[in-house]
Amino acid sequence: MAGVVAVVLGLLLLLGSPGGSTGPPRDSLREELLLSPLPSGDLAATFQFRARWDSELHREGVSHYRLFPKALGQLISKFLVRELHLSLTQGFWRTRTWGQPYLQAPAGAELWVWFQDSVTDVDKAWKELSNILSGTFCASLNFIDSTNTVTPTASFKPLGLANVTDHHLLRYAVLPREVVCTENLTPWKKLLPCGSKAGLAVLLKAERLFHTSYHSQAVHIRPICRDASCLSVSWELRQTLTVVFDAFSIGQGKRDWSLFKMFSRTVTEACPLASESKIYVDISSKTQENELLEVTPLPLSVHEASVQGDRRTYAVYDLLSPSLFNVSRSLNVQLKWKRPQDSLDLSTPVLHAQRYVSGYGLQTGEISTLIYNTHPYRAFPVILLETVPWYLRLYVHTLVITTKGKENKPSYIHYQPAQDRRRPHLLEMLIQLPANSVTKITIQFERALLKWTEYTPDPNHGFYVSPSVLSALVPSVIAMKPEDAEQSPLFTSLFPSSDGSSYFVRLYTEPLLVNLPTPDFSMPYNVICLTCTVVAVCYGSFYNLLTRTFHVEEPSSGGLAKRLANIIRKVRGVPPL
Amino acid sequence: MGLLSDPYRRRALSRLILRLNTPLCILSYLAGLGWFLGLASPPFTLRSYMSENAMGSTMVEEQFVFGERALSYAREFAGHRKKVGGIPVAWLEKTMWNLGLEVYKQPFSRTLPFPDEMRERYMVKGTNVYGILRAPRAASTESLVLSVPCSTGQHNSQAVGLMLALASYFRGQIYWAKDIIFLVNEHDLIGMEAWLEAYHDVNVTGEASGAVGAGAGPVSVGARDVQSPLDVAVGGLGTGAGWPNLDLCTTFPDAFCRKLNGCCAPLQGRLQRTDWDTLPAYVHSLQTLLLMVLKQGSGRPQGDHGLFLRYHIEAITVRGINSFRQYKYDMGTVGKTLEGMFRKLNNLLERLHQSYFFYLLPSLARFVSIGVYMPAFGFLILILVLKISPEPQLRATAARGGLWAESRPGLLTLVPPLLICHAMGLTLYFLPVLGQHVATQHFPVSESEAVVLTVIAIYVAGLALPHNTHRVLTGCGSERSWMTLKLLSLLYLAMLLGCITLINFSLGFLLAVTMVPVAAIIQPKGPKYLYAVLLVLVTPAVTLLLSIVLYQELIEYPISALECWQLFLQAVSEGLLDHYLYGSIVFPFIALFVYPCWLLLWNVLFWK
Repeated sequence: MAGVVAVVLGLLLLLGSPGGSTGPPRDSLREELLLSPLPSGDLAATFQFRARWDSELHREGVSHYRLFPKALGQLISKFLVRELHLSLTQGFWRTRTWGQPYLQAPAGAELWVWFQDSVTDVDKAWKELSNILSGTFCASLNFIDSTNTVTPTASFKPLGLANVTDHHLLRYAVLPREVVCTENLTPWKKLLPCGSKAGLAVLLKAERLFHTSYHSQAVHIRPICRDASCLSVSWELRQTLTVVFDAFSIGQGKRDWSLFKMFSRTVTEACPLASESKIYVDISSKTQENELLEVTPLPLSVHEASVQGDRRTYAVYDLLSPSLFNVSRSLNVQLKWKRPQDSLDLSTPVLHAQRYVSGYGLQTGEISTLIYNTHPYRAFPVILLETVPWYLRLYVHTLVITTKGKENKPSYIHYQPAQDRRRPHLLEMLIQLPANSVTKITIQFERALLKWTEYTPDPNHGFYVSPSVLSALVPSVIAMKPEDAEQSPLFTSLFPSSDGSSYFVRLYTEPLLVNLPTPDFSMPYNVICLTCTVVAVCYGSFYNLLTRTFHVEEPSSGGLAKRLANIIRKVRGVPPL
Repeated sequence: MGLLSDPYRRRALSRLILRLNTPLCILSYLAGLGWFLGLASPPFTLRSYMSENAMGSTMVEEQFVFGERALSYAREFAGHRKKVGGIPVAWLEKTMWNLGLEVYKQPFSRTLPFPDEMRERYMVKGTNVYGILRAPRAASTESLVLSVPCSTGQHNSQAVGLMLALASYFRGQIYWAKDIIFLVNEHDLIGMEAWLEAYHDVNVTGEASGAVGAGAGPVSVGARDVQSPLDVAVGGLGTGAGWPNLDLCTTFPDAFCRKLNGCCAPLQGRLQRTDWDTLPAYVHSLQTLLLMVLKQGSGRPQGDHGLFLRYHIEAITVRGINSFRQYKYDMGTVGKTLEGMFRKLNNLLERLHQSYFFYLLPSLARFVSIGVYMPAFGFLILILVLKISPEPQLRATAARGGLWAESRPGLLTLVPPLLICHAMGLTLYFLPVLGQHVATQHFPVSESEAVVLTVIAIYVAGLALPHNTHRVLTGCGSERSWMTLKLLSLLYLAMLLGCITLINFSLGFLLAVTMVPVAAIIQPKGPKYLYAVLLVLVTPAVTLLLSIVLYQELIEYPISALECWQLFLQAVSEGLLDHYLYGSIVFPFIALFVYPCWLLLWNVLFWK
């Protein structure tokens, strides 16, 4: 009894001193909401929750979890995961009209994992890991198998601290058909230290989040440097959620918005466990006249940052500063457009892409990808990753890449052909995009006939092909100075920037929906009847008629002797002559 | 089958067929014709029903009430169109953008093989404008199309107005799972074809067009909307390539009838009768059926939807007709119906694949499925089979009688007529368009007249060709060689008709009804000139002429002989244009196959 009391007391003590200098595992939580009006007039809201834990998860004996969710921590130590990125997305980020996203994700579910080099059987670990994640996030990740898993060689580099780049430790899979809904949101919210009780997570009301044109939630786990000297490793868990509100349909044609209008909630307090809790509002304007937008309440501070090759200004609301809630008890950030936006001259992002299936008929087709580089004078290379299921048989000799009417030879090609029912096609290419150009990549395919048990329950809906992935270092227009990752806002610090002159962009194209030749499943009975009849009745007789010749044998009466002999034989019971 | 393997009965059977050949043929012809005429009456027709549950009439509740807005858009559009003198691209772009759509335009240009005099166009330049309503929370994998033609001659402003009003209403809704493309296409079918080809990134007919800016996934269903004031017809059928899914055809009238207290939409421009089992009702539905068969047999796309079908996109055309009835429908009602259709299509989880793809419609409430109408054609083809089967027997008996003892010409004699006939076919196909410039230099005619007249000239010239080349080879024609030639042409005809009927029943049936009986009786003996007249009467060109007369009779718009001739010339040039512009197969089929086959029969007739 006394022992129990001591343990409870100890626990209480431990909880009472958050971030105390004595406790060996030091962890911290930052939460952040970025509201950015998009060029089309819609509004993107990006939530980021970062839990950082200065602990060696891979070492045995870590059993006490505080801010870092235990479900994920145990996964990492059990499967020796180095990095894990999972995203569940409903809708499609329209880069052309919405601009470059901070975090892009393909439609459906995407999972990519780097394992430690001590893992012996990567495929087994991958299989088990995806099954466990499937349960954790209520997603169909258990459908990840060898037919949709690939090992890219160049597209997916570790985002965190890593000295191993042996790509055999990497697994990547996309499920383009996955539908994301509340059942996926709830377990995601439960990983947050404050749940949805306090802090920014209060805004995460499912009813409103799924009333949007784009919804993407993700979990990123990676090792990072513990301090500037980088002698030891900390673990970082980022939970991100991006939604795009259709300002047009919720505002009845007006493009003004407020927190309450979007989420039907307002923010009243920061999460008590968070060491930082901020709301950023992108108030930078293209035309240098700040007349365009008006934000209320007036921001306490303004943050200037160079993001994605552009200088931007953000209004910052620090929820931990007491002056914010002085006037009113809740914070409802509002934004008004001072004059209507001018139409039709949307600035297009430097890099965007589009993919479609061309051709008609059910035998062959062509996958075309258009990649746009709208940079006025800089060329840059892009890595394209295509994963195509085996039932579309790619003809690699038909791969054509043209830019400005000329053939564009990729400087690197990695192609892994598919094996029927075992693995998909994998095509990775490094393509140079000239300045101000459109590059068209086409490859032809043939549609395979599936076995009749392999069709989905709705075969006439079509079969999905996962989006292709574009990774590029896009040259920026302005010089960016590298910032300290710990100090800068979260939305700028997921992808490591290499130097000041370019920034990393990863883009996903649309998933494709391809029709395969589909038998009429409602008619097996008819077909069976017809074939049986044809085989039984017609075939045999016609075959007879065609192969045999019929002669009429005149019955020879024979002589009298023969007849007599036959009568005798008949009487005797032996066959006649 | 035992019947056939038993030599006695087999011989008896063939003797029976030989003896009763002519009565059997006549019987079979009458049966085929009777069957076809019976298709319009109840035992052959089934009630239309909806196979797709999501398309059921009670699945959505329409709430479109913006008829007035549609009319004001229409007035505005008409004003801008008058000002610009064509499709007001800038205004459309601006309006669609303000409605919250993604707007793109597609310029295209096309040079026709020869000037189209009816529509006065030769080098066509135009612009398609389209706005895409992006479905929230969907990755642009599927889409629906609502297209409205905007050509110079047509007054289709109200349709554009309605489309814009629908777009603005749809934009505010959140239930869309498929992108919706609102397309205004210029130069009706040419613009539509340009857009479709660019959308699928293919080049079927050699049209130069700008790329379609933003793909929106495969289109699963396209509906097209043409309206002038206030009455609605479904012109859904009778296209070159095939039929739209019956479910789609039924949805519209179904929704319409239900909403509007029993007044059904007309089919083929004819109002529907409510009774079914009276004689006038039968005649009425037979006339509708005949109209449909004639239209379908022409292989022309009857509306923009015909072009969609090649890409396996189910589409129908809704066309307004101006009636003189007291009650007319306002824009709100029409909009409501369209809204209902789009929402039902939006609810579909799969492409339309249930229901029927091959059918005839004697009325909207009833249909004839392929299994029911095919026997009519089967009876006609049976004549050819009956005629073919006794030939070897005849030959056998003749050989036994020592009739052909003198010479046994090989198949070599058949090669020259075959070659000549097909060379004529090739000339008929290629020469008119290639030689139009030469023709205009030497004769005082325009290009399109030159093309049509060349077609007719070559067609007629085919009759006068020397058909007795076999005499050079063998010295003298024989009984046996014309029989072989006739056997060959009958087989050829049967194969051609069988093939075309599978893809275009109406065309196959029309050709079979006319050509088969004459082909069966033709021979170089007997009343030769009567046969010649008969054979000329069933040539495809005369069939076309007669079809035009029949069509005009059916739509109760009789014409004089001169008008008829004008229409005939027009139909020939239209047929050529359809082939070159939209890839219709009727002209090449007739020119390259049916006409040579008919020439072979002509050869048989004048065999010496």
